[in-house]
Amino acid sequence: MNVVEIKGVTKTFAQGNVTALENIDLELQPGEFVSLIGPSGCGKSTLLRIIGDLTPPTSGTVTVNGKPAKQARTDGDYGIVFQDSVLFDWRTVAKNIGLPLEMLGWDREKRRTRVEQMLDLVELRGFADHHPWQLSGGMQQRVSIARALSFEPALLLMDEPFGALDEMTRERLNLELLSIWQQLGSTVVFVTHSISEAVFLSTRVVVMSPRPGRIAGFVDIDLPFPRTVETREDPHFFELVTLVRELLRRRGEHLLPEEAELL
Amino acid sequence: MKQLREWAPALVVFVAVIGAWQGAIAAFHIQQFLLPKPSDIVKAFWTERHTLWPAGWYTFKEALGGFAIGSALGVAFATVVARFRSVGTAIMPIAIAANAVPIIAFAPIAGAWFGEVSPHSKMAIAAVLCFLPVTVNTLRGLQSANPQQIELMRSYAASELTIWRRVRVPTALPFLFTALKVASVLAMIGAIVGEYFGGAFNALGVLINSDAQIFDFVTAWAGILVASLLGLALYGAVVGTERLVVRWAPDTRE
Repeated sequence: MNVVEIKGVTKTFAQGNVTALENIDLELQPGEFVSLIGPSGCGKSTLLRIIGDLTPPTSGTVTVNGKPAKQARTDGDYGIVFQDSVLFDWRTVAKNIGLPLEMLGWDREKRRTRVEQMLDLVELRGFADHHPWQLSGGMQQRVSIARALSFEPALLLMDEPFGALDEMTRERLNLELLSIWQQLGSTVVFVTHSISEAVFLSTRVVVMSPRPGRIAGFVDIDLPFPRTVETREDPHFFELVTLVRELLRRRGEHLLPEEAELL
Repeated sequence: MKQLREWAPALVVFVAVIGAWQGAIAAFHIQQFLLPKPSDIVKAFWTERHTLWPAGWYTFKEALGGFAIGSALGVAFATVVARFRSVGTAIMPIAIAANAVPIIAFAPIAGAWFGEVSPHSKMAIAAVLCFLPVTVNTLRGLQSANPQQIELMRSYAASELTIWRRVRVPTALPFLFTALKVASVLAMIGAIVGEYFGGAFNALGVLINSDAQIFDFVTAWAGILVASLLGLALYGAVVGTERLVVRWAPDTRE
């Protein structure tokens, strides 16, 4: 069974004057790590939010875990990570991570055990009683990931989670995310506008084009796991980066400066 | 030790100002009805304690009552406005305009409505003074919730009530306490000024007013000292409560 099934999804804004997404079809198999990449305005974040039932599609259907998206949301079938860590200042790190567990009605003891496991997973043991503002941006985002994974959702939605971080922190968190994903085996939808990040992380990259948002093509990433720092220096890595870039460019889109630099 | 260092500059300035005040009166032979010596004021504060302190307590209770009523109404009103946006768009511009009205001008009318001598008229004035700042700030706080935090709660299938409890209210608390600090000061002002227009014989505002009329300025100043101390006490109580409730906030922590 597919974890996510998107059929003919269209999304318009402003009384139909702006088409953010047009006729999107996409299927995600269990355990896939799929990146959505495209320039600003291609609707990649909107698509993510439609999968999470945070905004309704204008037409088309979305199924998550074989259920309508709304049911999946109510059942807690996915965890979500935004570009900002979206932590609650009035909660400690441990209580931030435990928030979804509280919402699901877990008892205190069960929550405590799980939160400790999650703190280990994101290597923040010892920071349980800190408040978010006492942590660096990278650590905050790790808390946010731990929170999204705490209830072991089948699906993890990530909306440019590392977009606000510096390059070095970003690359380290990429490695950490991959190792977490391999431990848990969840399915990931990862929105980014960094080509190298998409190629490095994914099993499949979905290239999107803007106005209206469409899927321009797919690139299967057959780089072996586990991926390491060396993967980024692998000639095949560059071939795949080029392939994604060509797909983006064929749509007549200007590259972002950070991507042009890589060229 | 750290706290002492923080307080030291303010303490030095305070002592210097009182010292200069005391010294200036001696040096320039300032007459007592213009400005009494601080030492005389403190003396009167002690010798008149049997009238001033109970009067202060009486007025303090009026201020406290007004503070509680006005703030509670303000929070309730802000909650309704935040919950039903149409109410807000209809009423908020008027509320903000009303905030600019010198409400203290209503003091004589409050006397007519709630009884000139009755403490209720003073409570009413204090309550009206507290109401708007609390409303405006609480509303701003309730509307300041991070939209992504709300979206995150939606992803957990949280109900509106849960979102209020876990996101909107905690976000609004620092705003609320800022307003309560302002309101605590306003409440004391409202009660005392209200008493200037008439009140019980044992009310602080009435005593200050009558002492000034019989040129007993030292006692009037001592009354002002009592009012200041009580105002500070109320303010301090709000700050203390804030430290207990808003423990997470970076600025109250360090």
